[in-house]
Amino acid sequence: MENLKALSYDLRKNVVDMIVEGKGGHIGGDMSVMDILVELYFEQMNISPENMDDKDRDRFVMSKGHSVEALYAVLAAKGFFPIEQVIKEFSKFGSKFIGHPNNKLPGIEMNSGSLGHGLPVCVGMALAGKMNKQDYRVYTVMGDGELAEGSVWEGAMAAHQYKLDNLCAVVDRNRLQISGCTEDIMAHDSQEERWGSFGWHVISVNGNDYGELKAAFEEAKTVKGAPTVIIANTIKGFGSGVMENKANWHHKVPTEDEYTQIMKDLEAGKEAALHE
Amino acid sequence: MNKIPNRQAICEVLMEKAKEDKDIVVLCSDSRGSASLAPFAEAYPEQFVEVGIAEQNLVSISAGLAKCGKKPFVASPACFLSTRSYEQAKVDCAYSNTNVTLVGISGGVSYGALGMSHHSAQDIAAMSAIPNMRVYLPSDRFQTAKLIEALLQDEKPAYIRVGRNAVEDIYTQENCPFEMDKATVICEGSDVAIIACGEMVQPAVKAAELLKAEGISASVIDMYCVKPLDQEAILKAAAHAKLVITVEEHAPFGGLGSMVSQVVARECPRKVVNLALPDAPVITGNSKEVFDYYGLNAEGIVKTAKENL
Repeated sequence: MENLKALSYDLRKNVVDMIVEGKGGHIGGDMSVMDILVELYFEQMNISPENMDDKDRDRFVMSKGHSVEALYAVLAAKGFFPIEQVIKEFSKFGSKFIGHPNNKLPGIEMNSGSLGHGLPVCVGMALAGKMNKQDYRVYTVMGDGELAEGSVWEGAMAAHQYKLDNLCAVVDRNRLQISGCTEDIMAHDSQEERWGSFGWHVISVNGNDYGELKAAFEEAKTVKGAPTVIIANTIKGFGSGVMENKANWHHKVPTEDEYTQIMKDLEAGKEAALHE
Repeated sequence: MNKIPNRQAICEVLMEKAKEDKDIVVLCSDSRGSASLAPFAEAYPEQFVEVGIAEQNLVSISAGLAKCGKKPFVASPACFLSTRSYEQAKVDCAYSNTNVTLVGISGGVSYGALGMSHHSAQDIAAMSAIPNMRVYLPSDRFQTAKLIEALLQDEKPAYIRVGRNAVEDIYTQENCPFEMDKATVICEGSDVAIIACGEMVQPAVKAAELLKAEGISASVIDMYCVKPLDQEAILKAAAHAKLVITVEEHAPFGGLGSMVSQVVARECPRKVVNLALPDAPVITGNSKEVFDYYGLNAEGIVKTAKENL
């Protein structure tokens, strides 16, 4: 098995390069969500450039579309497009690699960027799977700040109503949003009780730990008659002390000094992962 | 007098097509009764999705269904569908290019006495402003049926608005000329070109008859395809006329009148007069009372023609 943890540090480096080259990007959330995406794309979902038009492929919608840099890095690693091209063209004039997912790019199902859309869209995808008696699974990743959008809860109600056990949502619970701590802005604790009261199966894990993420996704597959949400407790800016748990790194371009330190930290993380 | 509202014509076509096409899915937001879609829900429970009173969810779920091969028809009051779920229409349908047909029922001032919250006098402007969103206002039940059949043939998003009440037939079962995205020329004339959509086509036809009796020659264009607008039909009619009158059940900005004026001003300058609802909450009343009050009737069109010729 590939060392996903080590891979995730390399992909984080790609993200930093993209953001420096493109002069902007949602770096903090990219870092927190990376392990969720890597686990999904490399362990859980049957999505690849070879089967991207296969009717039975799993479906993924990046509801927290602002973390598109992390998604680009993962899709590039899966072979959908070359990472060099993404880094060179990200956010540049006329680029296909814009600052939120768009489905003109291979590997991206739905355009997103406005929050609170991904879950309801995935309800439709999961419903189609049930209607067609197909076995694919549907995944979405939301931010925790995003949970203040009412449409998330409209989707949560419908997923329960239609017993969508082929649907698994992940909340990237990094506890920070652009203006500060989520609990100060619009409190979301306790996630377990909230989703549970909507009839969802809830699993809470360390969202930067591959063992825990894998176990949670496997558990979700065994649940019958109800959708699953994984509360992935993560660290915003994960991988470097320069960024970790700092709200002002929600959208930021590192300075030269910061860049050097971040890359050094990410390399150290990778080395440690390789020797675990 | 015809008793079948356009919404019922939609249900009839969908029920017929759903026999063979299991990918047709109808979605409602506690609106199956108002949409005349209860028979569909009863006949095809497997192809019917109820989302409750949640229009944002309604549209996003439809986009997800479409992305996985379904052909969703989404019926909800036009006032809510075009505003409450506007962003879902923009991002999940138009921007993501999903095969979703949004059916705004009880459009315009159909819910006359229920007040401005229930009027959809902005939907043409709002929906037309979204790239990759098409906007259709069919005039009668026969044209509505043809439009639904045509929309089943393509895979692009669209917004249709129909009214609540049965309207008089313009066409007949045997004679309903229809070409997708081409306006229907009901009659040709040399003094005034009347361009109308939806429920305003009927008064336009009557106005042309009244004008004829007074020696004024009018053409009538049924512009059911507001977007993509049939510019060729507009220019052809305008070129032969001294005056263009647009008639629509919509606010005065951003609707059919604005769009026709843009084309005429650019390509074939003529005086264009836009008949529309006011830029204000509409007076309380049923559709007919409201139309009469604001001159959105045959007499109003005749008066406008005579004043401006």
